[in-house]
Amino acid sequence: MTVQDFQDRIRAAVAGKKALRLRGGGTKDFYGNALRGDILDTQGYAGIVSYEPTELVVTARCGTSLSELESLLGKNRQCLPFEPPHFGAGATVGGCVAAGLSGPRRAAAGALRDFVLGVKLVDGRAQALAFGGQVMKNVAGYDVSRLVAGSLGTLGLIAEVSLKLAPRPQAEATLRLEVPHERALELVNRWAGQPLPVSATAWHDGELSVRLSGSEPGVRAAAAKIGGAAARESLWNAIREQTHPFFSGAEPLWRLALPSSAPPVDLPGTQLLEWNGALRWLKSSEKAGAVREAARRLKGHATLFRAADKSAGCFAPLEPVTARLHRGLKAAFDPHGVFNPGRIYAEL
Amino acid sequence: MSIPVVPRGAGTGLSGGALPPGDGVLLSMAKFMRVRRIDPLARLAVVEPGVRNAVVSELAAPHGLYYAPDPSSQIACTIGGNVAENSGGVHCLKYGLTLHNVLGVRGFTIDGEPLELGGEAPDAPGYDLLALAVGSEGMLFVVTEVTLKLLPQPQCARVIMASFDDVEKAGAAVAGIIAAGIVPAGLEMMDQPATRAVEQFVGAGYDLEAAAILLCESDGTPEEVEHEIAHMKAVLERAGATRTTVSRDEPERLRFWSGRKAAFPAVGRISPDYYCMDGTIPRKRLGEVLTFIASLEKKYGLRCPNVFHAGDGNLHPLILFDANSADELHRTELFAAEVLEKCVEVGGTITGEHGVGVEKINQMCVQFGAAELELFHGVKRAFDPKSLLNPGKAVPTLARCAEYGRMRVHGGKLPHPELPRF
Repeated sequence: MTVQDFQDRIRAAVAGKKALRLRGGGTKDFYGNALRGDILDTQGYAGIVSYEPTELVVTARCGTSLSELESLLGKNRQCLPFEPPHFGAGATVGGCVAAGLSGPRRAAAGALRDFVLGVKLVDGRAQALAFGGQVMKNVAGYDVSRLVAGSLGTLGLIAEVSLKLAPRPQAEATLRLEVPHERALELVNRWAGQPLPVSATAWHDGELSVRLSGSEPGVRAAAAKIGGAAARESLWNAIREQTHPFFSGAEPLWRLALPSSAPPVDLPGTQLLEWNGALRWLKSSEKAGAVREAARRLKGHATLFRAADKSAGCFAPLEPVTARLHRGLKAAFDPHGVFNPGRIYAEL
Repeated sequence: MSIPVVPRGAGTGLSGGALPPGDGVLLSMAKFMRVRRIDPLARLAVVEPGVRNAVVSELAAPHGLYYAPDPSSQIACTIGGNVAENSGGVHCLKYGLTLHNVLGVRGFTIDGEPLELGGEAPDAPGYDLLALAVGSEGMLFVVTEVTLKLLPQPQCARVIMASFDDVEKAGAAVAGIIAAGIVPAGLEMMDQPATRAVEQFVGAGYDLEAAAILLCESDGTPEEVEHEIAHMKAVLERAGATRTTVSRDEPERLRFWSGRKAAFPAVGRISPDYYCMDGTIPRKRLGEVLTFIASLEKKYGLRCPNVFHAGDGNLHPLILFDANSADELHRTELFAAEVLEKCVEVGGTITGEHGVGVEKINQMCVQFGAAELELFHGVKRAFDPKSLLNPGKAVPTLARCAEYGRMRVHGGKLPHPELPRF
């Protein structure tokens, strides 16, 4: 498979006035709104284009298996610092970047978009375009590479992506403390303001878990300062991949993004907190309007992450000016509305 | 009324991004200098765009916090300008650029409508317009408030000054540090002409016999720093460092850095004028690009000391010239254009952190093809349909590229054959 094949499919879709549904392994089909259009499977365009550990950069084609990429990086003691969720064995690099989701290390290391250095993009006119590159610093032109990260394939097909890497920490340790909700929020925010190598935090049901990552002596010193009991590392994978028991059951799963120091969210249901309190998972049957309003009052926003009924819309509605800018950008990248219509917002 | 508006901070930019237009209004943001709020628990600062970069860290210091991006001009440059240019500094390899440290911005569109992008909560819904805003060179909207991420001050920091008898060896040592799994807090290189200019000016204690020196910093808890400094020192020595000196205390650390931070003014003392370039290359091509720059020194008969953010592959060659000689100025510009085009050729970029502005607008035609440039214009139209905000900067028209004669030709077909060529 080649970029030319993508261009041909897109050209044909434009000519036939058809929509395309860009899809890698399909592991994130649950995420976002309606799935519309003929499937354009990207899995055939796979492989690492370049990887030199001393440059701290990898360039991969969109169909490359995310787990294969991570195991290659692991052999060189490197990693994707944003710890992306896979949500299934078939996850691809292109799908990972298009979804824009980050995992437990996000509060410490940064979000997926922070590590995107460049993309090769096929736009809605079937043009193959290159933005950014493989270097750490690049301010030539608007930062299109980071704009397409998390755009759920609505602006173009990410054919190739270059990502900044980090060395794997030399040492890691997970600690567990028994603390109530409000106290947990205070503790994680205080730790984040101190020079401690905290790389992830999670609170659920009275238990606060903290992961430390760094040099052997640094982790040891921080563990002594934080206290608590040693706990299993596997917790972080279970939270990232949502195999943790909290995520089971049919109730809708909400993802509330808030200022990290916002007080506990007062809504019915159960909660699991990550990212020093900036990410609050909520399992609740509460009405969408009430959840969104609670998040908005706390200067955040709520995403309906997993639910059987998504009629309330997956993502929080945009302000009118922001919505107009979104339409303008969509028109610039995909003037015929070929890519993933309605996946992010009905009008895009 | 269709009058162009050009927002401007302190005017410290190096690419002419805030040059006023002949027929427009210069919107100085320098008086918007209020720090609205510092929230130590949430680790953020809300500031107006005219606040100077260094002020944020000064005000955050009592809470044990600081703002990481530290461009060399940090005592003068403003946060608004930093956002417009996506400014870097000497600590970006570990702590990121402006874009990694800005949580949100508020501002106004050219029609005067209020706009808020990003915010205190992560992952704003919809497209990442904040990523577009940072580094947009004042061409999309006017920023009136910025929310910055603050980080805990490292408990301690120490820097190694390592000497090398060969510039390529110093370049290989940089790769060696990364290969050893270390992300230093700072990793800078200066060649001998640069260290000699600096030493006369600030007396930083540099090894003037070395062909190049590296400054390699570690920060964190005392345990972490001790461990990392020992590791880095071993790597540098294995890579052939002829001398390594570890800063003994904070004054000595600051003295080692003072030379690097004063490199531009120091060079300004040894030449009537200098032209500070800014390009980024893959680190592994450093030796090749330095050799190329040395060949240009001979070709154009001009000297060019080099300072780099070596960890990021970000070069700052400083071409020395005398602006009173029209011929020297002309040769300098040709020299500079060749350096930038070399950066693109080896897989890098024409600007790492100074922006395109008016300075590098021609080289945009080398880095991007017509289709990419058209898309940039499409992004601009989505925000500013009449092109009134900072018009004519950063993104060249296709006609201009045709005139420059360096339009990238794709697949043997010249894009837009209808345009006149010169």
